[in-house]
Amino acid sequence: MEDFRLRPVTTALPVVLLEARGVTVSFPRPGGGAAVVLDRVDLELRDSEILAVVGPSGSGKSTLLRILAGLLAPTHGEVRYRGQPVHGPTPGVAMVFQTFALFPWLTVLENVELGLRALGVAPEERRRRALQAIDLIGLDGFESAFPKELSGGMRQRVAFARALVVEPDVLLMDEPFSALDALTAENLRTDLLELWLRHRIPTRAMALVTHNIEEAVFLSDRVVVLGTTPARVIGEVRPELPHWRDRESPEFRSRVDEVYALLAGERQRRLVHARPLLPRLPPAPVGLVTGLVELVHDADGRVDVRELADELRLDLEDLLPAVEAAELLGFATSHDGDLVLTDSGRAFAEASVQDKKELFRQALLERVRTAQEVVQTLRRRKPPRMPAEFFLDLLERHFSAEEARRQLAVVVDWGRYAEAFAYEEATGEFSLEMEEDLLGL
Amino acid sequence: MSWLPNVRLLRLPRASGPDLLLLALLAAVVYGLVAAVPGEFKRPAAPVDLQPGALPRYAGLSLLRMTAAYGLSLGFALVFGYAAARSRRVERVLVPLLDVLQSVPVLSFMPAVLLAMVALFPRQEVGLEVASVLLIFTGMVWNLTFSFYHSLLTLPQDLVEAARMMRLSGWQRFTLLELPAAAIGLAWNSVMSWAGGWFFLMACEAFVLVDRTFTLPGLGSYLAEASSRGDLRAVALGLGTMVLTIVVLDQLVWRPVVAWSQKFKLELTEDPLGPRSWFLDLLRQSALARAFAEHVWAPLVEGLDRRLRSGAVSLSVPARWVGGAGVALAAAAMVSAGWGLVSLARLVARVPSEGWAAIAVGAAATSLRVLLALALAALWTVPVGVAVGLRPRWARVVQPLAQIAASVPATALFPVVLLVILRVGGGLQAASVLVMLLGTQWYLLFNVIAGASALPRDLQEAAASLRLRGVLWWRSFVLPAIFPYLVTGGLTAQGGAWNTSIVSEFLEFGGRRYQVVGLGGLITSAVADGNMPLLAAATVTMAGLVVAVNRLVWRRLARLAEERYHL
Repeated sequence: MEDFRLRPVTTALPVVLLEARGVTVSFPRPGGGAAVVLDRVDLELRDSEILAVVGPSGSGKSTLLRILAGLLAPTHGEVRYRGQPVHGPTPGVAMVFQTFALFPWLTVLENVELGLRALGVAPEERRRRALQAIDLIGLDGFESAFPKELSGGMRQRVAFARALVVEPDVLLMDEPFSALDALTAENLRTDLLELWLRHRIPTRAMALVTHNIEEAVFLSDRVVVLGTTPARVIGEVRPELPHWRDRESPEFRSRVDEVYALLAGERQRRLVHARPLLPRLPPAPVGLVTGLVELVHDADGRVDVRELADELRLDLEDLLPAVEAAELLGFATSHDGDLVLTDSGRAFAEASVQDKKELFRQALLERVRTAQEVVQTLRRRKPPRMPAEFFLDLLERHFSAEEARRQLAVVVDWGRYAEAFAYEEATGEFSLEMEEDLLGL
Repeated sequence: MSWLPNVRLLRLPRASGPDLLLLALLAAVVYGLVAAVPGEFKRPAAPVDLQPGALPRYAGLSLLRMTAAYGLSLGFALVFGYAAARSRRVERVLVPLLDVLQSVPVLSFMPAVLLAMVALFPRQEVGLEVASVLLIFTGMVWNLTFSFYHSLLTLPQDLVEAARMMRLSGWQRFTLLELPAAAIGLAWNSVMSWAGGWFFLMACEAFVLVDRTFTLPGLGSYLAEASSRGDLRAVALGLGTMVLTIVVLDQLVWRPVVAWSQKFKLELTEDPLGPRSWFLDLLRQSALARAFAEHVWAPLVEGLDRRLRSGAVSLSVPARWVGGAGVALAAAAMVSAGWGLVSLARLVARVPSEGWAAIAVGAAATSLRVLLALALAALWTVPVGVAVGLRPRWARVVQPLAQIAASVPATALFPVVLLVILRVGGGLQAASVLVMLLGTQWYLLFNVIAGASALPRDLQEAAASLRLRGVLWWRSFVLPAIFPYLVTGGLTAQGGAWNTSIVSEFLEFGGRRYQVVGLGGLITSAVADGNMPLLAAATVTMAGLVVAVNRLVWRRLARLAEERYHL
């Protein structure tokens, strides 16, 4: 077991394999101005390290990885691989995708051979090396199977074999384990880490993007945290623990909390910063928000968010939008990783079904700018109806087209629950619920 | 055949049965091709021979023509689909152009194609052959092109990124990603294209233009000749040969191709109820086929792969090429489109007001007939299709039978239908609607069956436990659930009905001319009389009507289906 040592993190002069310098990605918005996905990001991937990039959804972490891979060109700034500017996918850099990206019509062996085929390796040599990679990743016996015959975990193994067969210097991974169930993901993580620690793969550095904070701390030498306002690197945590890391150890937990605190701080900042604009609504279904408030109330008004996520068997990042929503609506606040119910949150949790709707409606109209806009606009109209396109245009002045759609969907979800306004899908129209009118009929 | 002993065939005696069958089939095909071709070029101007003995050769010739047209169509589809998907500029010109072209009835291309080809080739029969192939091509190509174009637009993003990360060459990208991803669509649309080819075979092999009859030896001209002479025995024989050819082709080519194409499904799930083919299973067992794959096909692919890799390592090169070719193409398309528009306008301007009146009346009459045919088709296909679709055991029996019935081109049936109806005492009006119905009902039937068999089991059970019955069962459960399929079927059926009107409103049968008031009949008679201005005006009207109805009615219904009734 002496092989399982910490790879040297700091040599005298760490060689930078891949670096991003002042990388900015923005695209024009329909209404003028630009949406900034990444804002002057600097990042280095050094020899012999595993780097993890974490950040809230919408922080452009996958975009950053694609820029490092040469799949996307940044609007400004540049990427260098071993000092040379990158203008497209580079030999020596391989990538593993969240969705595996296997060619369904090719067998396992053919999928793995693909990268070598692109390099023009002769058939026999290709086969030999592909079989070696398949063996290495624990897929022997499945060479002639098609991807659809394999489980998710085996599919991702094929993707790893395909990336590793070209013996890349740098392995980039975009949420490589998040499409797998917990046990399978853990298996694959362990196997990958073992290959790395035992030097069984010639790969010199790996970078992964993940929304799973524990995964980042478990695997990596450096965790880089991305924010959304501005979309920049907001901090870095170095676990500096020997492998294999014990997730239950206090040191490990404190590193996880450090990352979590960086993300929470970023959230607070976003709420404050966002005043003059329409704040971005967290994409949380209303049922999860109200459920969360009640859960916190049941736990005497204070829970550790991370523990709650474990209990609910949710990824922390999946729960965070609901946490954010509860904060935004004023039902709860965050204190050192704990979520604490406010008075209005307590009142909400204790109210009857109809009163809950009323309390939610008050909170929504008091604190959520987007909902205020909708209702005020509708009140000015006679009859109080407005096509969805109008609000979409409004949102597109603040968000990208895709994000604007998501924001509108969130507003509809919350507004419907609160009975603050109605949205009819068939006509694509917003309207005020006029109970008086209904009674009048 | 000295290479045969080297093949593994001898080491695997178990597989010899399928192999012998394969070899026999191969020999038959080769003989058919060799026997059909040279005899024909010796006697170019031979009149159509109605003896039954001529039928095999005629069938072979028609097949050759259709194969040539299909090859052209596939090539066109790949090149232009690729260009449209890769270059925004090409896309902007090409897609609307193809959209309009596909709603122009095949017969309207005829005079232009015919005159051009006969002028181009001094030996008349060659020009006629080329014209015939081009006419069949115009009936096959559009849906193939759209299918390939759409497949390219909907390539899964992760596979595209993976291909780029691995730096596949342009050729590798095409053969390993783009073509496979498009395979299922191309296979289905090839079947549709061939059906379209059979449908218009009569019109494509025997043209009447300004009192001159041009005929090419083939199954279509045989049928045309038989019906114009009123020879019912020959009509029956020709029809039988055609159905037999269609069924054999379906079993030996299209069913295997469609079943094989399932390999290229993008979803990572198995579908045990997917299309199957006994012939494909046979091929898969065949040692000969395997040896071919291993010793001929694989080295060929490998060789091409390596040869084409060196030139196209950077993805930007093919993209730029495509862009450059695209600009040239777009410019050419615009110039010819402009020229075409001007000459068309000058031609149409010569139509007298009586002509326009006839067109308006004809358009109304044909619209009514199309509506009537669609309504009649829906009336029987919806209940029957739902009944069949909900019972997998019925479906297994009914589906193949219906497919054979559907493969009989309604155009070929027209003389028979007309005769029966005239004898029963109905008029040409009824015969015309009936033929339209025959040509279009199948699209609806197959779609309804597909929709009903895709009804989720839990919904069926919920409907049963809620005791939904009768009108309520139909209105609140089945009709909404199969609505998207109805829209798809209706859209295709409508297109087919308009196309059928070209042949179902005008017929020369046993020396007599039968015609009803209608846009299709107007087009056919304009061709026969050589009235080019009227032909142009009627064609523009029909294409405009079809495009307008598609845009205004079917697209909205399709959007509604997508948004509201998507399961």
